[in-house]
Amino acid sequence: MSSKLNKNEKCSAWQGVIQDFSGDKQVFDMSWGKLMMWIFLLSDTFIFSVFLTGYMHARMAATDNWPVSSEVFAMTIAGNSIPLVLIAIMTFILITSSGTMAMAVNYAYRGELKKTVYLMSATAFLGACFVGMQAFEWTKLIIDEGIRPWGNPLGATQFGAVFFMITGFHGLHVSAGVIYLTVIAKRVNSGVYEKKGYQIVEITGLYWHFVDLVWVFIFAFFYLW
Amino acid sequence: MDYIAIADRDDKSHHPNSFFSKYIWSQDHKVIAIQYSITAIAVGLVALFLSGLMRLQLGFPDQFSFIDPSNYLQFVTMHGMIMVIYLLTALLLGGFGNYLIPLMVGTRDMVFPYLNMLSYWTYLLSVIVLMMSFFVSGGPTGGGWTLYPPQTILPGTPGSDLGIIFMLISLAIFIVAFTMGGLNYVTTILQARAKGMTLMRMPLSIWGIFIATILGLFAFPALLVSAIMMMFDKLLATSFFMPAIYSLGDSLQHTGGSPILFQHLFWFFGHPEVYIVALPAFGMVSDVISIHARKNIFGYRMMVWAIVAIGGLSFVVWAHHMYVSGMNPYFGFFFATTTLIIAVPTAIKVYNWLLTLWRGNIHLTVPMLFAIGFIFTFTHGGLTGLFLGNVIIDLPLSDTFFVVAHFHMVMGVSPIMVLFAAIYHWFPLFTGRFLNTRLGKIHFWGTFLGTYAIYLPMHYLGFLGVPRRYFALGDTDFIPASVQTLNASISVSAIIVGTIQLIFIINLFWSVFKGKKSGPNPWHANSLEWQTPQCPPQHGNWGEKLPEVHRWAYDYSVPGVKDDFIPQNLSQQKVIMFNETNSSDHEGDKK
Repeated sequence: MSSKLNKNEKCSAWQGVIQDFSGDKQVFDMSWGKLMMWIFLLSDTFIFSVFLTGYMHARMAATDNWPVSSEVFAMTIAGNSIPLVLIAIMTFILITSSGTMAMAVNYAYRGELKKTVYLMSATAFLGACFVGMQAFEWTKLIIDEGIRPWGNPLGATQFGAVFFMITGFHGLHVSAGVIYLTVIAKRVNSGVYEKKGYQIVEITGLYWHFVDLVWVFIFAFFYLW
Repeated sequence: MDYIAIADRDDKSHHPNSFFSKYIWSQDHKVIAIQYSITAIAVGLVALFLSGLMRLQLGFPDQFSFIDPSNYLQFVTMHGMIMVIYLLTALLLGGFGNYLIPLMVGTRDMVFPYLNMLSYWTYLLSVIVLMMSFFVSGGPTGGGWTLYPPQTILPGTPGSDLGIIFMLISLAIFIVAFTMGGLNYVTTILQARAKGMTLMRMPLSIWGIFIATILGLFAFPALLVSAIMMMFDKLLATSFFMPAIYSLGDSLQHTGGSPILFQHLFWFFGHPEVYIVALPAFGMVSDVISIHARKNIFGYRMMVWAIVAIGGLSFVVWAHHMYVSGMNPYFGFFFATTTLIIAVPTAIKVYNWLLTLWRGNIHLTVPMLFAIGFIFTFTHGGLTGLFLGNVIIDLPLSDTFFVVAHFHMVMGVSPIMVLFAAIYHWFPLFTGRFLNTRLGKIHFWGTFLGTYAIYLPMHYLGFLGVPRRYFALGDTDFIPASVQTLNASISVSAIIVGTIQLIFIINLFWSVFKGKKSGPNPWHANSLEWQTPQCPPQHGNWGEKLPEVHRWAYDYSVPGVKDDFIPQNLSQQKVIMFNETNSSDHEGDKK
């Protein structure tokens, strides 16, 4: 396209951007599946943003006191109440799993499939650990503290509702990701992608990193506020 | 140019070879589009029937024993919800989006045909769940299509037990279906266009569908989240939207929730939804007008940017639906401003349609009649939008028939007019036959004039302060008795217009089998969908080789050229001129 321009035609930078973007080629230099995952994640971002916005509104509009997060989410270990310790471990595990995922993508492109499969399995395992610890956290809140979606002995009833809804929705995402990772790892292992190439690992990775990133926001807004 | 290799690769993986894989579990975008359209039109007829029942009650109160106040509210609710989401969204994007995108941008199919098929069947499931709510105990929900809490889920509102649950589940399923389809549409348009089809050469139909799909992907999440939250309020007795409240004398256990939050979430979806319906209509009507006026669309680039601008602005105007909800008055100032700004790109579009018609060679075919009718109804609906966008004028008019008249003109009748225009225009492409012109003209004049007979008087009712959604007005001081006469007249018109739609349905069935054969490209259109080797296009659309695009879609009546149209896939060398002078003098126009 640029070859058509002669000296007299001035082409501003913006026009260049628009021409590049709208040229007769793929707008984004990536495969269809990868772009579709990106757009899906963008849409999913809106879901989580609306959840979090709704949570903030509910928290500000609540008439009863909001429980103090450092006390609710504290755990007693060896007689000492340590605030946020469980959630710190969970966050650490999830972020570590992002690391193993990134390594899996790297090895997939290098063609070292065995390592890819191991690392994807490790990622799935860490994700499963996260979900398991979340189940533990829920149990603790429900049984020990008596928090329910419809009631909360510590203050605002919305606390339980929002907490179970948002962490539950995120937990579903993680669980879906674990299944997704397992399936793809199995297919990588059995050589399904020999001809197509291993971009699917990267696409899976995109989803996984997204789930981790969302967790960072949930962590910040829920546990640190 | 990697993508051409992929698209040209003869992929037999989903080649249909039995009746079931060809017409039922089909992955062909054209069959899926027809499935979407038939389902949407069928469910739309249900909604049309409901509106007839509503009008019977309003026009002739106490005459029909089978309509009680609860039924009436259920009719209002289901009519609105079906029309906005299950008819208009599904028909414009699922139907026309599916059919036109691959043909107009020159690919063999959507990028992920299997996902596309799933999208339709999920949509069908959502429709079935919605229809089931008519048969559960208590009937469908009667909370109004906006489903405002707290009343929607409290006893006393019809359908507050099971109806609302079915409604919310159905919406959630619909959103899943839409997401699967929408991802396909966006990816196809961005990545799989034919060689030479730059974004700025795409027909405006595709631009409208493209931006509308993006709006849908970003707006439906708000509806999904609010549906989940309301479901929790209903089933788990949480208090997201429920303040401390007394119902029928009993104190409920809800406390501290915020009904306004629901309204914000709902309208954050609800306002873009208006443009999800309107933008594809804008795009398709632009193409119809240009083709039938034998003139290039006026200001193509401005039309594209207007669509983009409207899409962007539609996310920052939602609270103009909430001026009387009790939100902070400063919000009203902000949202009135953004709302009125939307009038600018919209006006650009209307002027450009008019300037396309200006001194064009106008063929008053049935699609063109509907397209011109659209300009009328849309302008009228848009002008009353200016009234309602201003806080101070909206306050007295809120929740009156003026609002009903406004949104029916602007997002009810107008997109429907375009849909009719589009069906009459593209029917030869779908079937190889024309729709009957005489029946079409009767259909048009009946619908167009009938529309005015219905909605113009409603504006006056609104000015008189007649509230909407009321089962009966009773003896009210400020409402004169003549209102009843007007209401009766509206009802008669509405029932006539509803009946006239049967002519259209009959025309559809009759023409599929007996209509006049159209042959390829009967309207002499430029855009790619008419240039397929077979008409109607077969599976794979393009035969051996994908088309190559050499120009934009609007080269009509180009001076010096023999035909008054130059198809997009015709190269410059093949254009036949009147004389043998070279064609460089108009080459610059169609970069």
